[in-house]
Amino acid sequence: MPEITRVQELVYELKIEEVMTRNVITVTPQTSMAELREVLREHRISGTPVTQNGELVGIISVEDLIKALAGREMEVTVGEKMIPNPVTLRADEAVVIAVDYFARYDFGRFPVIDEKGRLVGILTRGDIIEGLLKKLEVEYHEEEIRRYRVSHIFEDIVSNRTSLILRYDVMAHDFDHAGEASSKIKRALSRLGASPQIVRRAAIAAYEAEMNIVLHTDEGGEIVTEIQPGQIVIRAVDTGPGILDVEQAMQPGFSTAPEWIRELGFGAGMGLTNIQRCADEMRLESPGGRWTSLEVVIYLDRRRGEK
Amino acid sequence: MTLEELGRQLSLKVHTAVGKLRTEVTGGYAADLLSCVMAKAQAGNVWVTLQGHPNIVAVASLLDLAGVIITEGVAPDPATLEKAEEQGIPILTTPLTTFTVVGKLSALGVRGVDEA
Repeated sequence: MPEITRVQELVYELKIEEVMTRNVITVTPQTSMAELREVLREHRISGTPVTQNGELVGIISVEDLIKALAGREMEVTVGEKMIPNPVTLRADEAVVIAVDYFARYDFGRFPVIDEKGRLVGILTRGDIIEGLLKKLEVEYHEEEIRRYRVSHIFEDIVSNRTSLILRYDVMAHDFDHAGEASSKIKRALSRLGASPQIVRRAAIAAYEAEMNIVLHTDEGGEIVTEIQPGQIVIRAVDTGPGILDVEQAMQPGFSTAPEWIRELGFGAGMGLTNIQRCADEMRLESPGGRWTSLEVVIYLDRRRGEK
Repeated sequence: MTLEELGRQLSLKVHTAVGKLRTEVTGGYAADLLSCVMAKAQAGNVWVTLQGHPNIVAVASLLDLAGVIITEGVAPDPATLEKAEEQGIPILTTPLTTFTVVGKLSALGVRGVDEA
């Protein structure tokens, strides 16, 4: 399915009354064409609805005026030259209806009426474009403010040590949800305004730590991401079976993964190497092979890529 | 070149995220070991692989890859396609081998991460 743009959505969301011009200049059927010329000139408009006792009876535009000028008919009334019973739009209809009307009829403007048939506004193509742009601008500002708020959280909330802690449970052998915790960590860091380079390093480290828990533990574990003012700390903790020889596990290519896992492309023995590449500090503990605790620290202030 | 254009040139079958095919491809990477992909593939790269299981979507999404080309007629798991659609990751397939696909991509100007 093709992606629907925000403008396309807005055309359905916005009502005609939100974009139309409300203070409508009108003339009556008794107005002369000479007077009409003055009205159009004074208000810099190219057409106007014609009303009789507040009721819409026609519409007249600058084109009708030019024809009258050419025919030297400036003293005839608007009532004789107007288009009677003009096509109207309802104020509570979606803007998409108006877009369709502009495409279907060759008119420059449509009078807008309420549910009782009273004239409440007038709509041109320009009104639609202006309305859409205004709405988009408002939404853009709202997004800007939201971004500003999250990125300044540490400046606005004062304590001796402020941090944001995100905890994710990771199930053992659950391939259907593997990678979801790291995806969520990645999204959270992007939202908080971390640079793409930092987000990438944290995402890679979190993914490899998550996959280690999924692939190698008996009962799963937890990934705790702590966002501090100057650094991100990712801790992956599980309850076993643990790593017998941590130094050996750190060797690139060393893996204890069974064949079926390797066939899926996991267990290449590169996970811990990848984590180390992305970390500014890395601590791996597995005392007596009972549990494993991995801590990764990524500095926010220092600009550097992966090793 | 966009993924859409590459898909047309190589007669790839598009399975998911049709709306995301117009993004410019920044380069290419080919491997079936996920940790290698995590280590090397860059944002905007197209990834060529034999793997069709759902975790390729997690990898592609975490690295902001442009899309995944699955080779040798491997049918991606239904769960893979579901996840890919949800996360906006284009999945394309071909009966060609990885070697042939990479050769064609290279001929069209798609560069590897270690090429200038």
